[in-house]
Amino acid sequence: MELHDLQLIARRERERRRRIRIHCCTSSGCLASQGLEIQKRLEAAVAEAGLEGEVEVVGVGCIGSCGQGPMVEIAPEGTLYEYVRPEDADAIVAAINGGECSVQRGDPLRPFFTRQFPIVRKNAGKIDPERIEEYIAAGGYRSLYRAINEMTPAEVIDEITRSGLRGRGGAGYPTGLKWSTVAKSRGERKYVVCNGDEGDPGAFMDRSVLESDPHLVLEGMCIAAYAIGADQGYIYVRGEYPFAIQRLQKAINQAKKFGLLGSQIFDSTFDFRVDIRVGAGAFVCGEETALLASIEGRRGQPRPRPPYPAESGLWGKPTLINNVETFANIASIIEHGPDWYASIGTETSRGTKVFALTGKIHNTGLIEVPMGITLREIVHQLGGGGHSGSEVKAVQTGGPSGGCIPASLFDTPVDYESLAQVGSIMGSGGMVVMDNSTNMVELAKFYMEFCKDESCGKCVPCRVGTVQIHRLLEKITAGQGSQADIDQLQELCQLLRNTSLCGLGQSAPNPVMSTLKYFTEEYEHLIER
Amino acid sequence: MAAKTLLINGTMVSAREGETILEAARDAGVKIPTLCHLDGLSDVGACRLCLVEVGGRLRPACTTTVSEGMDVHTHTDALKAYRRQIIELLFAERGHVCAVCVASGHCELQDMAVTLGMDHVRYAYLAPTCSVDISHERFGLDHNRCILCSRCVRACDEVEGVHTWDIAGRGTSARVITDMNQPWGESETCTACGKCLLACPTGALFKRGATVAEMEHAPARIAMIVESRRVRG
Repeated sequence: MELHDLQLIARRERERRRRIRIHCCTSSGCLASQGLEIQKRLEAAVAEAGLEGEVEVVGVGCIGSCGQGPMVEIAPEGTLYEYVRPEDADAIVAAINGGECSVQRGDPLRPFFTRQFPIVRKNAGKIDPERIEEYIAAGGYRSLYRAINEMTPAEVIDEITRSGLRGRGGAGYPTGLKWSTVAKSRGERKYVVCNGDEGDPGAFMDRSVLESDPHLVLEGMCIAAYAIGADQGYIYVRGEYPFAIQRLQKAINQAKKFGLLGSQIFDSTFDFRVDIRVGAGAFVCGEETALLASIEGRRGQPRPRPPYPAESGLWGKPTLINNVETFANIASIIEHGPDWYASIGTETSRGTKVFALTGKIHNTGLIEVPMGITLREIVHQLGGGGHSGSEVKAVQTGGPSGGCIPASLFDTPVDYESLAQVGSIMGSGGMVVMDNSTNMVELAKFYMEFCKDESCGKCVPCRVGTVQIHRLLEKITAGQGSQADIDQLQELCQLLRNTSLCGLGQSAPNPVMSTLKYFTEEYEHLIER
Repeated sequence: MAAKTLLINGTMVSAREGETILEAARDAGVKIPTLCHLDGLSDVGACRLCLVEVGGRLRPACTTTVSEGMDVHTHTDALKAYRRQIIELLFAERGHVCAVCVASGHCELQDMAVTLGMDHVRYAYLAPTCSVDISHERFGLDHNRCILCSRCVRACDEVEGVHTWDIAGRGTSARVITDMNQPWGESETCTACGKCLLACPTGALFKRGATVAEMEHAPARIAMIVESRRVRG
């Protein structure tokens, strides 16, 4: 494989394409509401209308507005159809050449789409994720070529560092710094690991990226491997994402066939293989040391750090772990340069972030927005405000590890530091919206129940503390609590935050502490009864 | 091997490079409470009792190695309060009834409660129904008294080299198990060496036939075995 081979594949792919493409969303959300059946019926309708010469039906990744799914888009003109049913196929095809069609249309010019800034999701909803040719035609694997042929590993790391990219798994550790630490660590072998164990309730960003554009993640991993000197990678995907796993495996097979993974990539001396490891349903395996233990075939539970994986990771070897979204940013940074990337977002949080907008919000779905956008803009402009016009009360970012941010703080810009300041975290990108019908104490109880069930049981504060906090919240929501219970709740929250072994326990009190802080009256109301 | 100088509770002490804070403190005569740590076994940092304050942050003394100029505080008011809370949580977790326990008087959990001044438990007793396994002809396992310190797991794996024990389940449902979670007596790997009994800090693992306060563990023998193997090379 050489650069001109890539260009040839891209040209052939463009020549093969029909003038009009009917994009059918075949991401999990739309698949769950007959997405595949819709695709089949559309194909049949095109054939029946004799339009095969100029129209093709393409299963694409997530278009974004999952709440209005199943989605169908007519490209390149841009007509969007929402809530499509299989029986709408004929009408949609008939409307291609100017006919009228009663299927509900979406407005591609509404803020939900226009306020977005797609980098990670640049190909999502536009290409068939199961065909590497489409990825290559969209410019794919050029960045890998550039990195291997025109840059030294140190130059790659320098570009990532200068881009200001920070870890998208939630903690926001500077990616370039992590890469350079692993590059400098000594070891006869190094590994690259992609964390796709997305487990926050209400979060589906990584699933969507893997389902919509798996090659983008593979290319990012490959560039990382070149930069740090690894020859083996693992993608750890949770078992609850069978479709993402299937597409990823297909993508790996295709990349191998095209010589973009395996030995002597782009005829260089660089080798890189990637294998998938499927999680067995433990939330804690998203914690990096637990994830590594799980890949090694051991019980997935965290261990104290240091040593950090960068120094001693998989089988004691230096290991780079980044999240799916982090890897999905890499190719674009190499393609457009670090200055371009650094120009997006804020001083300390560069680039964009993908959020899964869910809960009591009008537009449920996936959005990718520049850092620094305010919560108000996300909720009211992109999200269209509360569901059925209800008043939005708060948003929860970062899932069970994050905090509740009340509507009065919606002018907070979305960046790592600002969110931490108001008692929440950026997290991996779950954004659950609550309106006035949500009881915040019940919400805190829900998240604590989740943490209690997902605690691995290794350290005492998290194992027993989460159970005790959950019991106190049950007592309070049952109207049997007292001020003493709230005091004990706070004391236990401090214990967990300060003494737990890993991030799960340390951040488990966040939903309780933030609701106690911003919605004190809801707790007081319950203990007064 | 280079020596390091650090401050423990305001006093300058020296330590060997690579040593943990726990070891350095012990050499300096400072006793840091532990439960999951056992000399001779690897450290896992699970019980969180040995947390100490290093430069404003809490670190487990058993897994944190010393560094030059480190400023360690082992017994701040906050740490003492956390330790007490942790012991209370442990007592509330399962059925720790000293009055009927084989290990009463020889129990590290009991001793720790006394040391840390825990005179009552403020948290709700979870009182789970835990099983007792007396399928092994010589030994017994009472899950009601297990604190999941994993010392048995590590003694079996690292000293006996068998790995009969492991932990299954998660959260408070986690349990020590033998082999693939069959009764201990049906374990195909257990050599009945009894090292897990030596290592157990509570009455969870006991010799059959022992009655109240009769079960004495001998955790120091684990370190002795490891050390004598090392000396003999």
